[in-house]
Amino acid sequence: MKSLEELRAIRERMQSQIGLRNENSDQIRVVVGMATCGIASGARPILTTLSDAVQSKGLSNIAVTQTGCIGLCQYEPIVEILEPGKDKVTYVKMTPEKALEVVDQHLVRGQIVKEYTIAEVNG
Amino acid sequence: MLPELSLNVLDIANNSIRANATQIEIAISIHSDADILSIIISDNGCGMTEDQISHAQDPFYTTRTTRDVGLGIPFYKQAALNTGGSFSIASKTDIGTTVTATFGLSHIDRMPLGDINSTIHTLIISNKHIDFLYTYEFDGRKFHLDTREFREILGDIPLDLPEVSNYIKEYLEENQREVDGDYRF
Repeated sequence: MKSLEELRAIRERMQSQIGLRNENSDQIRVVVGMATCGIASGARPILTTLSDAVQSKGLSNIAVTQTGCIGLCQYEPIVEILEPGKDKVTYVKMTPEKALEVVDQHLVRGQIVKEYTIAEVNG
Repeated sequence: MLPELSLNVLDIANNSIRANATQIEIAISIHSDADILSIIISDNGCGMTEDQISHAQDPFYTTRTTRDVGLGIPFYKQAALNTGGSFSIASKTDIGTTVTATFGLSHIDRMPLGDINSTIHTLIISNKHIDFLYTYEFDGRKFHLDTREFREILGDIPLDLPEVSNYIKEYLEENQREVDGDYRF
């Protein structure tokens, strides 16, 4: 059985670095729709992909969270990106591959991946 | 229908989140002698009135305003009843809700449990203000995960810190492997 001792060791290692992550107001929020409609269309692997990528790239000002039904069930899985002072960007019909592209282009470089946004998909 | 029971668990737990629960308990137990797989999800959220409980199993009822149907509970109930299992909801306003489902373990129509660890991990990491108590049991062997224990050890170190998140993932996977042995559900 994996023990809690390992967790204590992680705390010892991390304690010195704490303060690096502060949940301040310029935090970017990445929100995945996780109601029945989202789950049925594959939202769980999208959320896993996003949080893994955000972690592995060390994007400490980004929080990946989940929400309920956004009301656009036919466009699920949906990922919304909320950045303070900017318009909300809604990505629709996401796949893990598209999600990784959004991380690289939008979250790292700040360039919206237009072709996956609702405005483009909706025509 | 959802292709994995673990997705139903994620879906039902999201009802608890919407009910403003601060603590969600998920218990999975598998008893091969009795040929039963049971899943109990309980929360301390806002609960439901008698009227809401009776309507919750109706696919054309929902409290949300973003759409007119609510398929989560009907899907889950059907997944249980299709296997000769049972389904029930107990709830009290301001106290919380418990959703209990049992499945015929060897029934041909029972959906696989699927990636339950991914469901639990996702819930913990993306709902930092909620405590999760998870137990997984197979024929008397079991393990549990309690985020309150984790938080006590970690202090102000967040659960979604990469090292901690990985630890939680490995904790779930390693412990389930030990409990399951050669079996997969």
